[in-house]
Amino acid sequence: MLVDIADLRVTFATRTGTFEAVRGVSMRIGTEKLGIVGESGSGKSLTARSLMRLLPANARLSAERLTFDGIDVLNADERTMRTIRGRRAGFILQDPKYSLNPVMTIGRQVAEAWRTHKGGGRREAEEAAADLLDQVRIRDPRHVMGLYPHEVSGGMGQRVMIAMMLAPDPELLIADEPTSALDATVQAEILRLMEDLVTRRGMGLILISHDLPLVSHFCDRVAVMYAGRVVETLAAGELARARHPYTRGLLDCLPSLTHPRERLPVLARDAAWLQP
Amino acid sequence: MTASPMIDVDRLRVSFGDKEVVKGVSFRVPAGECFGLVGESGSGKSTVLRALSGLNGAWSGRIAVAGAEVGPKRHRAFFRKVQMVFQDPYGSLHPRQTIDRILSEPLLVHGLGDVERRVAATLAEVALPAAVRFRFPHQLSGGQRQRVAIARALIAEPEVLLLDEPTSALDVSVQAEILNLLADLRRQRRLTYVLVSHNLAVVAHLCARIGVMLGGEMVEELSAEDLRAGRAQHPHTRELRTLSVGLEEV
Ligand SMILES: Nc1ncnc2c1ncn2[C@@H]1O[C@H](COP(=O)(O)OP(=O)(O)OP(=O)(O)O)[C@@H](O)[C@H]1O
Ligand SMILES: Nc1ncnc2c1ncn2[C@@H]1O[C@H](COP(=O)(O)OP(=O)(O)OP(=O)(O)O)[C@@H](O)[C@H]1O
Ligand SMILES: [Mg+2]
Ligand SMILES: [Mg+2]
Repeated sequence: MLVDIADLRVTFATRTGTFEAVRGVSMRIGTEKLGIVGESGSGKSLTARSLMRLLPANARLSAERLTFDGIDVLNADERTMRTIRGRRAGFILQDPKYSLNPVMTIGRQVAEAWRTHKGGGRREAEEAAADLLDQVRIRDPRHVMGLYPHEVSGGMGQRVMIAMMLAPDPELLIADEPTSALDATVQAEILRLMEDLVTRRGMGLILISHDLPLVSHFCDRVAVMYAGRVVETLAAGELARARHPYTRGLLDCLPSLTHPRERLPVLARDAAWLQP
Repeated sequence: MTASPMIDVDRLRVSFGDKEVVKGVSFRVPAGECFGLVGESGSGKSTVLRALSGLNGAWSGRIAVAGAEVGPKRHRAFFRKVQMVFQDPYGSLHPRQTIDRILSEPLLVHGLGDVERRVAATLAEVALPAAVRFRFPHQLSGGQRQRVAIARALIAEPEVLLLDEPTSALDVSVQAEILNLLADLRRQRRLTYVLVSHNLAVVAHLCARIGVMLGGEMVEELSAEDLRAGRAQHPHTRELRTLSVGLEEV
């Protein structure tokens, strides 16, 4: 098993006491595409960050088991974690432009990401960077390589992050809302690229997304999170037949191009959903 | 349509260095209506909004808001009237200010009273729990930050809202609440919106008219009805529609 998480908990100390943001999450991920959907603030990003041990300083992490390819992430030293982060596991963060270095050109950042893992000369890295940007369908990659992060559009920033994460051929890719700023044509291309990495190189993928139709078409399995817990796990194709009232409610809130409605239904959240 | 439109953009051009990224874009939005902007990533949608909002002064063409032509520099009254929600909410929220401070500031700048009540009411409107009020932006999830950005734009009661991907970081239940809120405000206060989104279903839900951008040009303007029914002319619009409809068939 590539990833094995059992009873993961993330807690914050606040002025008024402690706040448990992740409340006992368990999941196992192999060479597959796992989608995570769910409420805003339900702990999706914190779950992914725990696996890389990239949590805010005021967070406390505990788990019965938290392993990546057999490595105990809870107790691994910093050096081991560095070989995982960015090399064996790529992490596309939710705020792509914020995660890029604002004072370094796009070209240098992608080239350096490539060189750190592949070695080789500057010229070679530059060629590779142009190729990676081309793969994520950036138009005119040579021009974009000379731009700074604030000079590219939201979707271009997202694709730059994706290109950097693909550079080291990761065994696991964690993608937190990787295509939310992309138009449907570019999104389709990026998903094809990820699909290819999963099937051809045997990569595992954790895709965090609010886009239920996308997850149901693209992933193998879907975990639905609500208030710090996984409330339901389904085969992705079965999403439309979800049983948990939260998941059903979500599906009902979706606006549709072909079936317009005057007003969208909203969820009446039930206190019972908070219980395991 | 006899009265002049709330927003009138005529042959807008924007360049960065010698690269022109908006190449003569025109559209009008009557008061109380919503205009949608969709299209290829990098096609210039955010750049159009930034020129409209007065954030980027290096444009040419003509922009009029509420019948009055505006130049590159805007007065304070303009910023009260026109508010923008940015595509990248993290970058647009001051990292060292609490949510309370971020939301109070527009009220103080525009000399609006009743700060305490307005902040609490606006947080509730965007479905944020009262507990986030004294946190910092980095202590919130992505979708919670997005809602703070929407709350900040709403709090000074603007007449025009420029919305750049306002719901892409939200789960669909919160998205539905925000879309309903925007629809209600439009009806009650006759707000005018320009909405940028990659989600055609979202755009068609809120906007009667939609402009499609590709490579710095608006290649098509059509009604939401025509988009729904598949009566689009331009191949880019058709492709976007086909992909969107394809996903809807679960
Ligand atoms: N540094 C922090 N201090 C206190 N609370 C935090 C901190 N970081 C996150 N939280 C809280 O933890 C909860 C889970 O956050 P997380 O970012 O994992 O949510 P998410 O499921 O990814 O949501 P979204 O879909 O909006 O991105 C949220 O309620 C958030 O406010
Ligand atoms: N400050 C800048 N300096 C140089 N080029 C810029 C700057 N801002 C934007 N651009 C360029 O202008 C073009 C349009 O960018 P814009 O952000 O308007 O696109 P967009 O349609 O909003 O795309 P997305 O859907 O990905 O957000 C892009 O090619 C971008 O690189
Ligand atoms: Mg998140
Ligand atoms: Mg944009």
